[in-house]
Amino acid sequence: MINAIFEYRFLQNAMLAGIVASIVCGIIGVIIVEKKLVMMSGGIAHTSYAGVGLGYFLGFEPIIGAFIFSVLAATGIYYLKKKAQARPDVSIGLFWSLGMALGIIFIALTPGYPPDLNSYLFGNILSVTRTDLYMTGGLAAFVVLAVSLFYNHWKAYLFDDEFAGVLGIKTSFLGYLLYILTAMTVVALIKVVGIILVLALLLAPSAISGLFCEKLFSRMICSIIFGIIFCIGGLWFSYAANISSGASIVIISVLCCAAAYAVRNLTVFRRKKEAKNEQLKPERS
Amino acid sequence: MKNEAIQINNLSVCYGQNTALSNICLSVEKGEYLGIIGPNGGGKSTLLKAIIGLVKPSSGSISIYGEPLGKRSVSIGYVPQIASMEKQFPITLWEVVLTGRLSKSIKPFFRFCKSDIEAAKEILDTLGLYNLKDRRISNLSGGEFQKMLIARALVSNPEILLLDEPTASVDASSGKQIFHLLENLNKNITIVMVTHDLFAVSSHVHTLACLNVQLVYHGKPELTDDIVHSLYGCPVDIIAHGVPHRVLRKHK
Repeated sequence: MINAIFEYRFLQNAMLAGIVASIVCGIIGVIIVEKKLVMMSGGIAHTSYAGVGLGYFLGFEPIIGAFIFSVLAATGIYYLKKKAQARPDVSIGLFWSLGMALGIIFIALTPGYPPDLNSYLFGNILSVTRTDLYMTGGLAAFVVLAVSLFYNHWKAYLFDDEFAGVLGIKTSFLGYLLYILTAMTVVALIKVVGIILVLALLLAPSAISGLFCEKLFSRMICSIIFGIIFCIGGLWFSYAANISSGASIVIISVLCCAAAYAVRNLTVFRRKKEAKNEQLKPERS
Repeated sequence: MKNEAIQINNLSVCYGQNTALSNICLSVEKGEYLGIIGPNGGGKSTLLKAIIGLVKPSSGSISIYGEPLGKRSVSIGYVPQIASMEKQFPITLWEVVLTGRLSKSIKPFFRFCKSDIEAAKEILDTLGLYNLKDRRISNLSGGEFQKMLIARALVSNPEILLLDEPTASVDASSGKQIFHLLENLNKNITIVMVTHDLFAVSSHVHTLACLNVQLVYHGKPELTDDIVHSLYGCPVDIIAHGVPHRVLRKHK
């Protein structure tokens, strides 16, 4: 495969897209796990399907439609949560289904043969074009900048938003920004793993690094590294076995995550057993 | 009028259909040490949250040092209930305390300066937490966690300190330490403390407010049967452990 990477442009694009996606994914993945926004990101991802459909229907780039719809969904969910005091899980679920429904209707209204939507639903990293790469890169740059510029404020907000509010920090600004950043991350990941499979790539790296990283920053860095490993591993697997890239990236991520948890639980179990044995020893002698 | 740190006028707070606070009028003088007691759901925490602006009043007004809530220039320290905190967050004690020194405006490239670090160091030294500074918060005991929250509130040099059940999940000796600390702080800071600890109320605070949606009592820290009855609906058993003050008057 190494020779092929130097030979084929599409493989270079795929590698780059995987790396860039892993960077945003590592940063935002850790945040959404800590802030319990997992379902929210799933909701945003599925709502973006409406944008993909609208793009095909009106004849513009579907990923731009996905971007618009996911940002609208993110701000909508945050607004409903704060102002209308709607239960977030309910509004997320409704946005989730509504987005898919709208997408289906837009696709049905599109004249001619229905377009192939698999690359949006399940991702196809091998079909990433230069334009896709610029778009993903732009989104990633924005996310990285927004998080790193205000890192100390983010940390305070993520740990305890009430206290940040007491200090006089504008928490609603950070709240909206966080939801929009999540939306941007989801869009950056669509080409790589697709709308439906987005969650695994967001969660698995941060779940694994959460097992041994004590600090927020190191957790983000570890997640990025794991993300890159999963993306490149999945890419290699899909190239070698000739199967869907999105699916193979997700399967590798989830398997690694399960293995990491298994190892952790085994060591904890062993330690408990040792502690128990040590307790028993003095009684016997 | 000049001596009032917090002035609350006819404050009511509703959550949907439920009234959490109704028609509260309360003033807290500068340098006061006010204890607030009351049953669960009596609106104690809501009152604190209203004072710092986390909960919007349905009617009525609150002013801090004579300024309306939105424009307050006085810094308020807030110590939330431990139970409401996220303990698994990957952050160290030192990082948490430093967040108390964050700038109000969200500036890019904000870094803590020397004076921030000095202030945090000083507070941690007084509270005896400095040797724990690099510990992750999930590995702190209840007492250490509580003291960390107090340190975070104090590091911004507040003029008013609001505490929500600071001894709820703390053992007796840490509790004593915290009360001792608060007593010292009270020399310079106005303190408002919500508590279930009637012992604390009797022996530490200067004034007492009893809250059960309405303000049942406000005055000296001495409870009569009538007040306890209207607060909790039944006589409360309080054992006096040879304390200098008694919570309840002796039955005649």
